[in-house]
Amino acid sequence: MDIPARLPDPRKREKKMYRFEYHKATSLEDAASKRSTADDATYLAGGMTLIPTLKQRLASHSDLIDLAGIDGLAGISVDGAVVTIGAMTCHAEVAASAALRDAIPALADLAGLIADPAVRNRGTIGGSLANSDPAADYPAAVLGLGATIVTDKREIAADDYFLDLFETALEEGEIITAIKFPVPKRAAYEKFPNPASRYAIVGVFVAETEGGVRVAVTGAGPCAFRVSDMEAALAGNFAPDAVAGITVSADDLNQDLHASAAYRASLVTTMAKRAVAKAAG
Amino acid sequence: MAINVSLSVNGQAVSRDVQPNRLLVDFLREELGLTGTHVGCDTSQCGACTIHLDGLPVKSCTMLVVQADGARITTIEGLAPDGDGGDLHPMQEAFRQNHGLQCGFCTPGMVMAGIGIAQRHGLPSNDVIRAELDGNFCRCTGYHNIVKSIAAGAKAMAMTGAKTVAETGGE
Ligand SMILES: Cc1cc2nc3c(=O)[nH]c(=O)nc-3n(C[C@H](O)[C@H](O)[C@H](O)COP(=O)(O)OP(=O)(O)OC[C@H]3O[C@@H](n4cnc5c(N)ncnc54)[C@H](O)[C@@H]3O)c2cc1C
Ligand code: FES
Ligand code: FES
Repeated sequence: MDIPARLPDPRKREKKMYRFEYHKATSLEDAASKRSTADDATYLAGGMTLIPTLKQRLASHSDLIDLAGIDGLAGISVDGAVVTIGAMTCHAEVAASAALRDAIPALADLAGLIADPAVRNRGTIGGSLANSDPAADYPAAVLGLGATIVTDKREIAADDYFLDLFETALEEGEIITAIKFPVPKRAAYEKFPNPASRYAIVGVFVAETEGGVRVAVTGAGPCAFRVSDMEAALAGNFAPDAVAGITVSADDLNQDLHASAAYRASLVTTMAKRAVAKAAG
Repeated sequence: MAINVSLSVNGQAVSRDVQPNRLLVDFLREELGLTGTHVGCDTSQCGACTIHLDGLPVKSCTMLVVQADGARITTIEGLAPDGDGGDLHPMQEAFRQNHGLQCGFCTPGMVMAGIGIAQRHGLPSNDVIRAELDGNFCRCTGYHNIVKSIAAGAKAMAMTGAKTVAETGGE
């Protein structure tokens, strides 16, 4: 059968991606300078968000600057009370790290819940945080643990990092190099996944840290946010009952074909209860 | 601007000039004629395009060829290099024995993912196999026999110590 001319030929998929130039950066300085001299460049990490976006022509860039060849951006190290994860560390490596599983099992568990094994072999923690998809998993852990985002220019506290839908405190061209996670006393993540994509419809990360109890929610709002009422209640009584009666307002929550805002609000309480039970258990 | 890439595909050295926006799956299918790697979606979800990159399953529809410069790639064609009449890889043989396919469209991706599951988990339970197949869709079988096939293939791999071309570097 002939393919009608008005439909894109599925055998010529590369035609669907706009043209761009590709550069492999050799250092952070090289990446930043290549980016600033190009027209409209962006960084490429695992490509698990960027390439699907380019394929669907939801974005176009003059240049892609690949961070994969820069030394020292991947790997996990545990130093006493702090775990440092390099920005280019893929989700599979985070999920499989024995050292991390000892220090912060909830974080290793969370990484193992992202997408599927093949995507986890490519997608990176830095890419996930730079992108800040409202339904991404890592933002819940970063905010829930009170982590620090290290860039080529400065350190940003999690509380100052997530600003709005796909909007973070990163400046134009700023590169995430690592994330520093303080080891909590106990923590857990519970996620209600979209059955097709596995992104979080709602995910709640609960942690008892040196600085107090933190409850961070992803999937429900434009970006990850904390629930202070739940944190206060858990500080007095770290048990599922403590949060059972606390709800967040549905007013500013996401609403799409997968779930209404009201349903997401209700899931926040349910997932929080489950996460507390898991952390306490 | 075209960029020169050199990679190993199923144990053979390949060097070509490619456009930066060339997807790995299109390169494999259209330039190397390795049409066993399929394309089933536009959203990176179906897994029909799964190949091994330096021994790890990845979705070749969501990678640029230029990102694979210097890598070792194994496609479904590389599992039983002798072709017709040669021995199948234990995971392929398990799919054959357990009726793990109907139309066969998803099968190359299932086999490549299945080998990855066996390599990560040794002898995985059915629950583990089902969870690990999150990124591989089948429209025909209902998954039951695929799960059976992967369990059987993993067992056979454990017994024979099977290695993929990617792991042996084609030797
Ligand atoms: C089928 C599928 C299912 C998925 N399911 C989930 C899921 O369940 N949960 C989830 O959380 N995610 C999910 N994802 C997204 C996945 O986790 C991505 O890997 C991640 O969001 C982006 O990481 P990346 O390394 O692939 O980044 P890329 O796609 O390479 O880059 C994403 C963006 O971040 C920028 N960037 C990348 N690295 C840096 C850096 N170090 N510094 C500054 N900017 C940078 C890039 O310029 C780009 O704009 C899914 C993806 C797919 C394809
Ligand atoms: S074609 Fe690659 S995931 Fe569907
Ligand atoms: S056998 Fe037909 S899609 Fe799986």
